Amino acid sequence: MPVVMDADRMDRTLTRIAHEISERNRGEDQLAIVGIRTRGAVIARRLAAKLVAILGTSVPTGTLDITLYRDDLMRQPVGPQPLVRHTEIPFSIDDKTIVLVDDVLYTGRTIRAALDALIDFGRPRAIQLIVLVDRGHRELPIKADYVGKNLPTSFAQSVRVLVHEVDGRDEVVIEDADHA
Amino acid sequence: MSGTADTQRATLSTDAVDAGRGAVTTLRSRHLLSIADLSADEITLIFDTADAMKEIGSRPIKKVPALRGKTVVNLFYEPSTRTRTSFEIAEKRLSADSLSVTATGSSVAKGETLLDTARNLEAMAPDMIVVRHTASGAAHQLARVCRAGIINAGDGSHEHPTQALLDGFTIRARRGRIRGLKVAIVGDLMHSRVLRSNILLLQALGADVWVCGPSTLMPAGIDRFGVHATTVLDDAVDGADVIMMLRIQRERMHGYFVPSLREYFTIFGLTMAHVRRASPEVIIMHPGPMNRGVEIASEVADGPCSVVLEQVANGVAVRMAVLYLLAGNPAQV
Repeated sequence: MPVVMDADRMDRTLTRIAHEISERNRGEDQLAIVGIRTRGAVIARRLAAKLVAILGTSVPTGTLDITLYRDDLMRQPVGPQPLVRHTEIPFSIDDKTIVLVDDVLYTGRTIRAALDALIDFGRPRAIQLIVLVDRGHRELPIKADYVGKNLPTSFAQSVRVLVHEVDGRDEVVIEDADHA
Repeated sequence: MSGTADTQRATLSTDAVDAGRGAVTTLRSRHLLSIADLSADEITLIFDTADAMKEIGSRPIKKVPALRGKTVVNLFYEPSTRTRTSFEIAEKRLSADSLSVTATGSSVAKGETLLDTARNLEAMAPDMIVVRHTASGAAHQLARVCRAGIINAGDGSHEHPTQALLDGFTIRARRGRIRGLKVAIVGDLMHSRVLRSNILLLQALGADVWVCGPSTLMPAGIDRFGVHATTVLDDAVDGADVIMMLRIQRERMHGYFVPSLREYFTIFGLTMAHVRRASPEVIIMHPGPMNRGVEIASEVADGPCSVVLEQVANGVAVRMAVLYLLAGNPAQV
């Protein structure tokens, strides 16, 4: 399975995105980061650490589980309910600029669910979207504000972002359906 | 179109696969009738899901769209404040459409049988029915004839599974584990469905269960459950990590099982003296409604070890977890 981003490349990409965030939100003192479970949350924490170094101040960071907002939740003919995991947003998102983080942007349905979930927590001033990989094939009108890497793919392929905290190594790989 | 949906599903579910939690990710049955039907892994799955559900209650908007379009009927043949409101709140937080039918003020009062009532409700196609009934086995009977998922909210003196689940959840949250804890359950062992469900759940999760009550309220053969049975309260609470008091059902007590409520309190009522014999981190539980001065002294019920109100709060999260997990298991037919 071809590796399209290694650990070093991933780290430099996140550093670049952190700089883009600080540049675009210059003078913004109400910035907060929310990562979508599981790997978006890991990437969000890394971005938060990089932003501390750049801004000299810490940025509130939360974790969002979108399971209960999925549009396919009760539509499976058979099969298990997806696991529900913790959402932790230990700050008010009212009037904040929220930077929403996910690993892969694909159909856009996860982001739709995340937007609905976020709005249930309050009324942010703005929401910006960061993805490490945009693989195309959108089914909803959703676009990322910051993209680590644009990766043209076919439907048959799957893109996996691996992070050290969960998978033991940092890597982005692209797999053909046969291997998946 | 359907191909796209499948791809989407596959993409989203990688998260679930990688979650690395308990050994199971689904319940085998679409009903919750008895704790005896659940494996230890399934109980842990319900606890873990309830853990996540708990956070929803602290949001500004305490509602998620998970059960949108599902209809849940709460069919209550016995009076209930806690359990019924707890289920109703859980259903509303998950966005299910719910309604409650109580025995008084419905055709039940006109003499309709349980099965006829259920069949008529079925004709309106609810997805789940939560039932409380005075007869043991009522929920099982409904599960045999209904297409809807059935949740037992208490059947006679048989079981009250969601109460045991919220008790176990509260113990795990407070003590970090259940395995190896000494749990003393004290009171009316004869009529308590909470007792039966709790024994099954606590033993499945490896607790050391002691039961204590007057010999007149001690069911014959209770030791076959594998619990320690005693009529001496001090023995039960000695070094206990959890003390769970059961309600003395006054309506059943007229002189037959217990000479007087005052005498009962003297021998089996939980006081601070007993709490001091227990583990320093002991938690005191009660499923409610409490009879202060009968099974529990007010200073204990309101004391620092009491987790009675925490149990009620956890009840909503646990019932949300049960509703959510069962809703994914449609009828097999």
